[in-house]
Amino acid sequence: MNLLLNGLITGIMFGFLLQKGRVLRYDKQLGALRLKDMTIVKFMLSSILVAMVGVYLLKDMGLVNLQVKATIVGAQVVGGLIFGIGWALLGYCPGTQMGALGEGRWDAVWGILGMLTGSAIFAEAYPALQKTVLTWGVFGKITVPQVIGINHWPVIIVFVMGGLLLFRWLELKKL
Amino acid sequence: MKSRNDTGWSPYVAGALSGLVSIFAVVTADKFLGASTTFVKTAGMLEQAVAPERVSALAYFIKEVPKIDWQWMFVVGIFFGSLIAALLSRSFQWKAVPDMWSERFGASVPKRAVVAFFGGIVAIFGARLADGCPSGHGLSGSLQLAASGLIALVCFFIGGMIMTRILYGGGGRR
Repeated sequence: MNLLLNGLITGIMFGFLLQKGRVLRYDKQLGALRLKDMTIVKFMLSSILVAMVGVYLLKDMGLVNLQVKATIVGAQVVGGLIFGIGWALLGYCPGTQMGALGEGRWDAVWGILGMLTGSAIFAEAYPALQKTVLTWGVFGKITVPQVIGINHWPVIIVFVMGGLLLFRWLELKKL
Repeated sequence: MKSRNDTGWSPYVAGALSGLVSIFAVVTADKFLGASTTFVKTAGMLEQAVAPERVSALAYFIKEVPKIDWQWMFVVGIFFGSLIAALLSRSFQWKAVPDMWSERFGASVPKRAVVAFFGGIVAIFGARLADGCPSGHGLSGSLQLAASGLIALVCFFIGGMIMTRILYGGGGRR
């Protein structure tokens, strides 16, 4: 019960910030895919970098555990590309469409209905996918530092520096 | 185009704060943010109402048991959080067709509905195949430096940019 309340509170905080960052809009999502308005890239990367430093610090202190999803190259590449096609058509992703509806953009309802339908279709297709795409390039729960074979902090520093340089470039280009 | 007094917060500030929300979830609930599994669970719950035998026969619904869990509440929370922020800042606005869409494809609501519905089907199929969406892979996977998350995030954008080019054309750089 407590866990459900925690989920709700976390969602409210996250939705509040998504709305404040103005990233819930079709125009912003398509703006990024058209390389015209990088608001969602700034939001996502800022979020990733802050959480990356925080979570790895806490992990090193033994306070939290990572939950790395298994790498299946076929699944992430094929699934990722298919997701991208649908994302460009819909203009929202699974989380942001809920927020979009919250600020009155009710075309998100079509996306939500589509995703419920698509989920049912996926459940039917799952056995066939398990024998094909989900067997292509199975590497297990690996992270970039593990692949390179080094400590995570040099990798984190490179990501943070790269992110800051990208932000600077985006601001210079006024994207 | 930006006639409304509707600036919001800097995406850097809002994004960084959302990173703190990620950390909060990991520390207090041992959960990483994600959204797409919730649609599977909800579809499963709806399907259970009409065809319970079918649901119990499907391997995917054995893996992703159709019930309300932390992530389900998180996804519902996104709706309310956005609603609260929109009402407090008076930026709530009923809108059936996005501006950029209507400039390119017209203001027809059914046309937008059909494409958005179809887009939703395709997007969730891809997300479940990839085992995550821009939250689960894009944010949570990337922040853990997971290979799966970073590969998926790059492919989300590549697929999206290809489809966007088909929809909006490439020469539109104003």
